[in-house]
Amino acid sequence: MVRFLEFLGAPGLRVLEKLGNMVIFFYQFLFWAIRPPYKVRHIIKQINFIGVKSLFVIFLTAFFTGGVLGLQGFYTLQKFGAEGLLGAAVALSLLRELGPVLAALMVTGRAGSAITAEIGIMRITEQIDALKTMAVNPVKFVVVPKIIAGIIAVPLLTAMFDVVGIYGGYMVGVELLGVNKGAFFAEMKTSVEFKDIYVGFLKSLSFGVIITWITCYEGYYTGHGAEGVSKSTTNSVVLSSVMVLIWDYFMTSVLI
Amino acid sequence: MIELVNVTKRFGKQVVLDGISMEFPVGKISAIIGRSGIGKSVLLKHLIGILRPDSGSVLVDGLDITKMGEIQLNEVRKKFGMLFQGAALFDSMTVFENVAFPLREKTRMKEKEIRDRVEEKLEALDLSGMGDKYPDEVSGGMKKRVGLARALIQNPDIILFDEPTTGMDPMMETAIHLMIMEAQKRFGFTAVIVSHEIPEIFHVAHRVAMLHNGTIVEDLPAEEFQNSSNPITQQFISGRIDGPIKVA
Amino acid sequence: MRKLSTEAIVGVFVLMGIFSLVYISLKLGKLEIMSSDYYTIFADFENASGVREGADIELAGVIIGRVEKVLVHNDMARLALRIRKDIKLTNDTIASIKTRGLIGEKILKLNPGGSDTIVKPGGVLNETESTVDLEELISKYIFGGV
Repeated sequence: MVRFLEFLGAPGLRVLEKLGNMVIFFYQFLFWAIRPPYKVRHIIKQINFIGVKSLFVIFLTAFFTGGVLGLQGFYTLQKFGAEGLLGAAVALSLLRELGPVLAALMVTGRAGSAITAEIGIMRITEQIDALKTMAVNPVKFVVVPKIIAGIIAVPLLTAMFDVVGIYGGYMVGVELLGVNKGAFFAEMKTSVEFKDIYVGFLKSLSFGVIITWITCYEGYYTGHGAEGVSKSTTNSVVLSSVMVLIWDYFMTSVLI
Repeated sequence: MIELVNVTKRFGKQVVLDGISMEFPVGKISAIIGRSGIGKSVLLKHLIGILRPDSGSVLVDGLDITKMGEIQLNEVRKKFGMLFQGAALFDSMTVFENVAFPLREKTRMKEKEIRDRVEEKLEALDLSGMGDKYPDEVSGGMKKRVGLARALIQNPDIILFDEPTTGMDPMMETAIHLMIMEAQKRFGFTAVIVSHEIPEIFHVAHRVAMLHNGTIVEDLPAEEFQNSSNPITQQFISGRIDGPIKVA
Repeated sequence: MRKLSTEAIVGVFVLMGIFSLVYISLKLGKLEIMSSDYYTIFADFENASGVREGADIELAGVIIGRVEKVLVHNDMARLALRIRKDIKLTNDTIASIKTRGLIGEKILKLNPGGSDTIVKPGGVLNETESTVDLEELISKYIFGGV
């Protein structure tokens, strides 16, 4: 019986311990983020890595996501004779849900894994320790620019995802399937509220934090050797993807 | 001066440092020798606060660094330079940027001045012309020398060397040892070297201590150390397999 | 051509992102930064059931503004209406709540009156037609009284 309880308790404790450590890690981030000096150069470098280098994949996925929304929406709405609402359907799905979530998942896959691997390698090759010996705080030097860059880059990528996605929906709906162009945009404008955009923006902002927070944490506390780093990298991508989706649900239920 | 008082460190159930008390005298080169994996690097990392002991204290110039927060600790760390086993160079930066890093991050020095100082150090360590290469483009020995240049660049009071000559050819080894000795004589810094270069280390270090099973079994001036009658020390120096140290 | 610095590329990226954000906010979100293009008047209704903030206001079938707020004033429903500045309304304008389509959203229709007095910003429209209560209408029809 005690065995069984232990069997149940051990993973629970591990999860709690990890959660606690992650919170402490985030606290450290906040502490060092507000402490001068602010090295804007490092942040720009990270925005370049997280944001600019993700542009291509974001544009590509956005265009096809918008396109498939156009296709699916068209065939569903056609049943009710309401093809005119296609613009509204595409824009609302993108702004409220798909834009923030898919952009976040793309960034996780492309930049998140690299963040974990980079910090993990710095850990196992003692570069993190070397920073400490030079009186440079590794959280400030390595982690802070990445999380700040995530907070800046992810919402911007999401906004671009939305625009390109709507364009993709337009190409498929209007140019390919022949929905009336005027109706497409007019319905879009009447049904989209500022709140929809605001909610999407808040979501993407929090996703930016979640992705960089988790991937930095996993790298910073990686295991031993190359195997440890590869394990952390897998973990961090899975964990941050899952957290993005779970958090999305909570945000939606609160802000809807 | 650095002083360890009753320092104990465990990793899980394994006791790596078991109540160690010792001193590293100012302006001298102290060496810590011992078998691989015995915890020499762990001991070294305690001196600069990268690792914190489970109990006991580490005094740097009379201040206990084990009780300090990161910010206070960083002030103390400015006195230090450290060379890591694997050199621990930043692999996203060139050799030049690596050596310049402490100056760029921690001082308000002008770029021209930084350039001069870095070039001077690179030249002194036989690395001129290597500035634009990345760490993975140079040999292991060169990496070590770059790491050394980075440790020396701020002319620190105390320099910690974690196996500075591992992975070098004998000539380079001698050159590095000579360089450490000369630099030490010139700048008078306190040095702590973790090494298992026997017998060369006896010519480099003023004092030698041997770490075994979590304790310091011998801590003597270099000349006396070689003639120590301690069976553990003798077995280690002579490299015999039979003796009190069990070779797995 | 000289290779662009990281800073410049990131600058372009940030501009693109902000442009996208502003574009969707202004074009789709109807975020009105220049609020001076509009003025606000009020209209009191006995029953404003189903009218939401943001509902369109139409004059002769043209959207000329939107319902800014739904309030209660002296046991009446008071709607704050944001009207385009170039539209002048007379004080006998009739405001009626209509449904777009059979079961669509509620909108506000304005029918101009014949008076010479123009409603000033902050003024109140008193001639209103409230929501047609479908349920009431049907029961009246069944039980007589129409």
